[in-house]
Amino acid sequence: MKRVVKLRVNGLEYEVALEPRRTLAETLRYDLGLTGTKIGCRIGDCGACTVLLDGVPSFSCLVLAVEAEGREILTIEGVADGGRLHPVQQSFVEVGAIQCGFCTPGMVLTALALLKDNPDPTDAQIRRAISGNLCRCTGYQKIIEAIKDAARRMREKQGVL
Amino acid sequence: MSYKILNTRAPRVDAVDKVTGKAQYTDDLSRPGTLRCAILHSPIAHGRILNIDTSRAEKLPGVKAVVTGKDAGDIRYGVSPARYDETILCTDKVRYVGDEVAAVAAVDLDTALEAVSLIAVDYDELPPVLDGSKAMDEEQPQIHEKYKRNICAEVHWKFGEVDSVEKLADHVRTDTLTSKMQDAAFLEPQSILAEFDNTGRLTMYSSTQAPHYIQRTLAMALKIPVEKVRVIKPAVGGGFGPKASCSTAELVTSLLAMKTGRPVKMTFDREQVFLHSRARHQFWHTMTTGVKKDGTLLFLKHRCVLDGGAYASFGIATVYYAGSMLGGPYRLKHMNYDGYRVVTNKPACGAQRGHGAVIARACFETQLDMIAEEIGMDPVELRLKNVMEAGETTCNELYMSSLGMRECIEAVRDKSKWTQSWRKKDEIKKILGSLPSSPSPPSTGGGDKKARGIGVACGFFVSGAGYPIYRSQTYHATVVTRVSETGGFAIVESGAADIGQGSDTVLAMITAEVLGIPLSDVKVISGDSDLSVDLGAYSSRTTLMAGHACKEAAEDCREQILGAVANRLGVDRDDLYIEDALVKSRKGRLDFSPIREQFTLEHRGFTDIPDEEALTFREAARIAFMEKGSIVGTGKYKPPKLGGSFKGATVGTSPAFGCSAQIAEVEVDLETGEVTVLRVTGAHDCGFAINRTQVEGQMQGSISMGMGEALMEEVIYDSCGNIVNSNLAEYKIPTALDMPSLHSIIVETHEPHGPFGAKEVGEGAIMPTIPAILNAIRQATGVKITELPASPERIVMELEKLKQP
Repeated sequence: MKRVVKLRVNGLEYEVALEPRRTLAETLRYDLGLTGTKIGCRIGDCGACTVLLDGVPSFSCLVLAVEAEGREILTIEGVADGGRLHPVQQSFVEVGAIQCGFCTPGMVLTALALLKDNPDPTDAQIRRAISGNLCRCTGYQKIIEAIKDAARRMREKQGVL
Repeated sequence: MSYKILNTRAPRVDAVDKVTGKAQYTDDLSRPGTLRCAILHSPIAHGRILNIDTSRAEKLPGVKAVVTGKDAGDIRYGVSPARYDETILCTDKVRYVGDEVAAVAAVDLDTALEAVSLIAVDYDELPPVLDGSKAMDEEQPQIHEKYKRNICAEVHWKFGEVDSVEKLADHVRTDTLTSKMQDAAFLEPQSILAEFDNTGRLTMYSSTQAPHYIQRTLAMALKIPVEKVRVIKPAVGGGFGPKASCSTAELVTSLLAMKTGRPVKMTFDREQVFLHSRARHQFWHTMTTGVKKDGTLLFLKHRCVLDGGAYASFGIATVYYAGSMLGGPYRLKHMNYDGYRVVTNKPACGAQRGHGAVIARACFETQLDMIAEEIGMDPVELRLKNVMEAGETTCNELYMSSLGMRECIEAVRDKSKWTQSWRKKDEIKKILGSLPSSPSPPSTGGGDKKARGIGVACGFFVSGAGYPIYRSQTYHATVVTRVSETGGFAIVESGAADIGQGSDTVLAMITAEVLGIPLSDVKVISGDSDLSVDLGAYSSRTTLMAGHACKEAAEDCREQILGAVANRLGVDRDDLYIEDALVKSRKGRLDFSPIREQFTLEHRGFTDIPDEEALTFREAARIAFMEKGSIVGTGKYKPPKLGGSFKGATVGTSPAFGCSAQIAEVEVDLETGEVTVLRVTGAHDCGFAINRTQVEGQMQGSISMGMGEALMEEVIYDSCGNIVNSNLAEYKIPTALDMPSLHSIIVETHEPHGPFGAKEVGEGAIMPTIPAILNAIRQATGVKITELPASPERIVMELEKLKQP
């Protein structure tokens, strides 16, 4: 029996009719067409489906869409400001933190949440923060470098403001 | 030679799409009316199929088609024609838990899965063969009719005169190393979307590494003309080898699409990724190596058994690679190799990063350290003493046209703590004496008794297989490059497969460099079998092979454009060159006013009329178009005849070889057995780095995969052949917390056979990782690992053994 839920994703309101057991990851991808959220395992092991729920990194494959009602959902599609990349995205691009790109959306969102709480993280803090997001391509080296680079950019920007 | 674009750190051409979620992977695609496919997998490891009843499944509302082996036919396919041993769906027997028995297309996945559960299969269960080390024993059941004693392939090589030089050795050692089946654990599970158009042409979107081979296999197994098959590779979330072979999903979705006349889609769940596997084999290596007193390598006697699971897949190449890749990078004139690739009732193994050579390398490099220890030589010195140099040929006839092995070893020695940290034999003995008496339970969170060690290792790998998988004189890569008629843009069309390694960026950079235009003015369209012939992303071939073809295509365009300019201006073509998107003359200022005038007229109505003081590439290309029509350049590449004439000589041949050295520093908890890798310093000779960031990325990714294999990765089976850890929580791959800081050094030796001197990095760089870590563990603890992975449990057991008097 389908239920109608209202989801707030990237600042926009969506009304979706769905089975209560449908996960948020499936809903984002297959009902809303927001395919930037990736599914790598469906059981919360890989982190590819990470989105921010009220600012907190969450595996959207472990969250039912109905549970996300009334919460602020941020997916990778909502990170850039129009055509302008967020500093975290800019750093990922320039530092070379992306290879196959399948973990990238989840990594970026996790990094975003980390930098909001901790604008100047150490390597160890970054490693801990992204430890739930698996990457098989990079050995994490350039992802960590990119997050540090983004942190620097964001601090500099704030210094200017 | 200085370059504007090559050898820089240009961001990947697909980076912005990937970082904004716009890049489309196969599962992101949808077509109207798409059906979903589900597969019925065998629940038993070995058995005869007596009967399949699909009637209840067919009656389920929403089910559009059900297929079994009867519908799919008894056509055999596989990777190596001599070992075609797979059918689209099982016809007579099932050979592993997960073998594909039937498939359903239904309106949605839930219905398809329900239908699969309604299919009833009667099996006559047979005893399974699960231990590859015993698969050849006479009393074992035979899995395939054509593989007697379950031997799928064997190799017997004798290079040089091992028997006669054996007695000349001052020091001889025999060692063994056993590994476990591994999973490639790419983040994106395989995904397929198959659709026939109204002319009967199949278009398949697949997360594949090799559109060309998939196209061939589909045409052969489904009996449709190869021209009627188009395979397109969207963005792919990693492959590392297993995605180079055709999967049942590709075949059954096509079959179901053919049957229903509708698009059919299937995406593996994570368990299916493990079941389909085609990942790293399990190896049992035994090596006997002899050296002179001074460390000079004399001979190697090598025996290897590979457990390949139920089908041949890439395994024929694997058993050859396991032997051939020890021919270098050290001078070794005498080498015997006996390899046996056996089948068992487990998922089929295939190619994975460092195909066939990784565990062989680990066994040999750890043995070298034992030899160094025993003859009292620094392992770095032992290696330097024996390294080959460019221009030398291995005993199995692999020619090293460039080889920076020495430079790599010296670089990692100098940039790591080698000189301070490496311990001689008597110092290792002291550690043994100071080992804690009994391990405390791990629940204490680890003791404070920790030991550090440092280890070195080397390795090398092909830069593109010298021959295609099937016998053919085909070009290995072709590229078609077109310059837009308005002149501002170059479009590169290639069948090459960017699976995340960045080949699109490499092709774009080469094109931009040759044409002298910005990278942003090049668009690469790739991974489509309609665009060009390219054998795919495997054997680290793309930069060299597609790179050559791409360079040639761009040069072809450049010549046409400069030829037209020379013609129009009445100057000598050889005086002209392109730099910063401007056509310039070596003979001083070029009077190009006739071209500017014509372009300005042609370009009426647009706002971007050129006002540069020199002739722009846009104008030149436009003039060339006006003169000749479309400016299309073509390029091609095929290696020359390579290798010896002995049986299996083709495997291991390559136009070039990349090589790598690494030094790992580890800390071992002597109570819990936990190994922490503190730092890895790696140097790789990639000939010439087209993109420095991407070269480092390959080096770092290789180390991560090698570290996982050294310390934690193992596909575990129960006594019935079920995988017990077919998920990414229990099959452990390195997380950010496990990985150390990596220091990557690029060595460039300018490979004469590579485009701009470039050669591989994606696989050579994994070779040293496992042995460098194992050698470091030995240095830290005195433990010599003979079975992988070097898990805490295994280390503790080995430490206990060392304490026995």
